[in-house]
Amino acid sequence: MIWIAWKMLTGDKAKYAGITFGIAFASMLISHQVSIFVGIMSRTTALITNVEEGEIFVMDPTVRQADEVIGLPNTALQRVRSIEGVKWAVKLSRANVRARLPDSPNNSVNGDFRGVILIGLDDSTLVGAPRQLLAGQVEDLKKPDAVIIDEAGYFYLFPGQKPQVGQIIELTDRRAEIVGICVVRQPFQSQPIFYTRYNQALQYTPPERRLLSYVVVEPQEGIAPETLAKKISEETGLQALTREQFKQKTIQFYLQNTGIPFNFGITVMLGFIVGVAIAGQTFYLFVLENIKQFGALKAMGFGNLKIVGMILIQALIVGVIGYSLGLGGTTLFFTATQGAIPLKGFTLLWQVMVLTAVAVSVIVVLASLLSIRKVLVLEPGVVFR
Amino acid sequence: MTSFPKTLNENPLEKQDRSNIAVSCHKITKEFGSGDTKVQVLRGVNAEISFGEMSLLVGPSGCGKTTLISIICGLLDPTEGDLFVLNENVGKMSGRKKTAFRSQNVGFVFQQYNLLPALTAEENAAIPLVISGMKKRQAVARAAEVLNQVGLGNKLKSLPSQLSGGQQQRVAIARALVHNPRLLVCDEPTAALDAKSGQTVMELLTQVGRQKDRAVIVVTHDSRVYKFGDRIIEMNDGLIERVVFPKIDGSPYHAEG
Ligand SMILES: Nc1ncnc2c1ncn2[C@@H]1O[C@H](COP(=O)(O)OP(=O)(O)OP(=O)(O)O)[C@@H](O)[C@H]1O
Ligand SMILES: [Mg+2]
Repeated sequence: MIWIAWKMLTGDKAKYAGITFGIAFASMLISHQVSIFVGIMSRTTALITNVEEGEIFVMDPTVRQADEVIGLPNTALQRVRSIEGVKWAVKLSRANVRARLPDSPNNSVNGDFRGVILIGLDDSTLVGAPRQLLAGQVEDLKKPDAVIIDEAGYFYLFPGQKPQVGQIIELTDRRAEIVGICVVRQPFQSQPIFYTRYNQALQYTPPERRLLSYVVVEPQEGIAPETLAKKISEETGLQALTREQFKQKTIQFYLQNTGIPFNFGITVMLGFIVGVAIAGQTFYLFVLENIKQFGALKAMGFGNLKIVGMILIQALIVGVIGYSLGLGGTTLFFTATQGAIPLKGFTLLWQVMVLTAVAVSVIVVLASLLSIRKVLVLEPGVVFR
Repeated sequence: MTSFPKTLNENPLEKQDRSNIAVSCHKITKEFGSGDTKVQVLRGVNAEISFGEMSLLVGPSGCGKTTLISIICGLLDPTEGDLFVLNENVGKMSGRKKTAFRSQNVGFVFQQYNLLPALTAEENAAIPLVISGMKKRQAVARAAEVLNQVGLGNKLKSLPSQLSGGQQQRVAIARALVHNPRLLVCDEPTAALDAKSGQTVMELLTQVGRQKDRAVIVVTHDSRVYKFGDRIIEMNDGLIERVVFPKIDGSPYHAEG
């Protein structure tokens, strides 16, 4: 019976291609757009993820998301340190500053200014420093004027140049020497990230600004981060969040305050609708064209259950093939763009694959419903007309 | 004019032998629609068909031939009347039992062949066996034998689109015979064929119909095939007008009677 379903389906090459294309198109669009969406959303929490030590972030009570910097008074650090249950607490700053490259025929932005992100790390512990370096060492940050730049930022500022240390630039008109190139998660605003010591960061920012953005806290052994975060909030009046809470709050902010989820949602819906429309209509035409043959099968004793089974098998076949082609397309896209800096960190997650599979199942079931109905109400006697 | 007027359905060859009756209809009526649009298409049909005969059902367009054979093979329910096919009370069967009954006992030949375009000749002919649960390979092997018998041994792997109308109809006949049904129902099997192909197809069907355990009923408009009939049932306006046995009447049959 399966072979009959298979042959009927593939016998009509044009329709078979049409249905498969509809589903492949839908699965590619859905999986691709959802992946990009997930990638963008995970970029919003890059700052949190890039700090690998510490469980709690303490910040101004009005902060709504990780890249929203509202300076804390310097006393905040001492107040947090004095709370029972805190193992250690260190400063972390995040600021937007101007970078300027020295004149050189090799540089893309000769004399131009570029906005960059500057992260200031606790001078003695360097908590929050990148772990993976392409060149240089984290310890070199202790040298005067030392900064570490992220890989994407490096290739943005020095296109076509090999990753090498020793390049000199200006940050807010002050000399900075690149001592390392690191690989970190990309931020939502695709800007170069510079790491430096907190005291060095002070030099690169206007003095009137409060530089302290976060206090990063590690709880003592046996104390749950949630509990300590709550305690810090209560005792200092500051906002203290665990990593997870902070990530969720950030993502929540982007979901509620930007058009991103809506726009991606629309594209995904379109993929879904186009998939249902193309696949459903072609499938229906296919069944309609074969209606006499279906009638003959019914006359010859093919029961309704078997016919429905056959149509569902056909739906399953085009579903599986279309899905594979679509996901293949998305995989190909992400493989091809793996080296592309703007798309760094964007991949096809298995969760997205599952979601797409569910969507495709719904598409093929919807697409076959009309056809199934048509065949079910078909009187076998029509074959005589 | 036939010289010996016969009482309805009386076959002088086997007057008392009821065991030879394959199909027997008693006061079958069929109405379509309801209320104002109600039409009575069959108005009390009495008819019998015997094993070992080629029976033709003839009559003007719209007189109810297709409706009658649809009822006989269990594709339609009669509004009233009794119907026995192969000694089973088909009129009283449930839908499911009818489906099973058809798949075991009835072979179909349609005017438009209704072969699956994507399947080869042998695969098409194998379908009734597949429906009854046989494995594909076995079913196709058996289908190939039957195609051989209908003279298409060299076309086993051809698609319907690669065959002439007559060849397609012979594939359809092979399909109708492959599971050895005892009743073969054919609606206008030659209508879409040229004279020569129609001739071949009718010879084939007659040969099948004259096997002693088989009954064949052919609905036809085509006066060229009347000569094959052992029993010719003439219908008009929802009723059987008369039944003629040309071989016994000793004269070639003419529709004009
Ligand atoms: N499902 C139906 N609903 C309503 N009327 C029907 C239906 N099926 C058949 N009829 C009517 O019943 C009458 C007999 O139809 P039937 O198909 O049995 O005729 P026929 O003798 O086979 O004609 P033809 O030689 O043209 O094939 C026709 O008037 C037809 O319109
Ligand atoms: Mg008819």
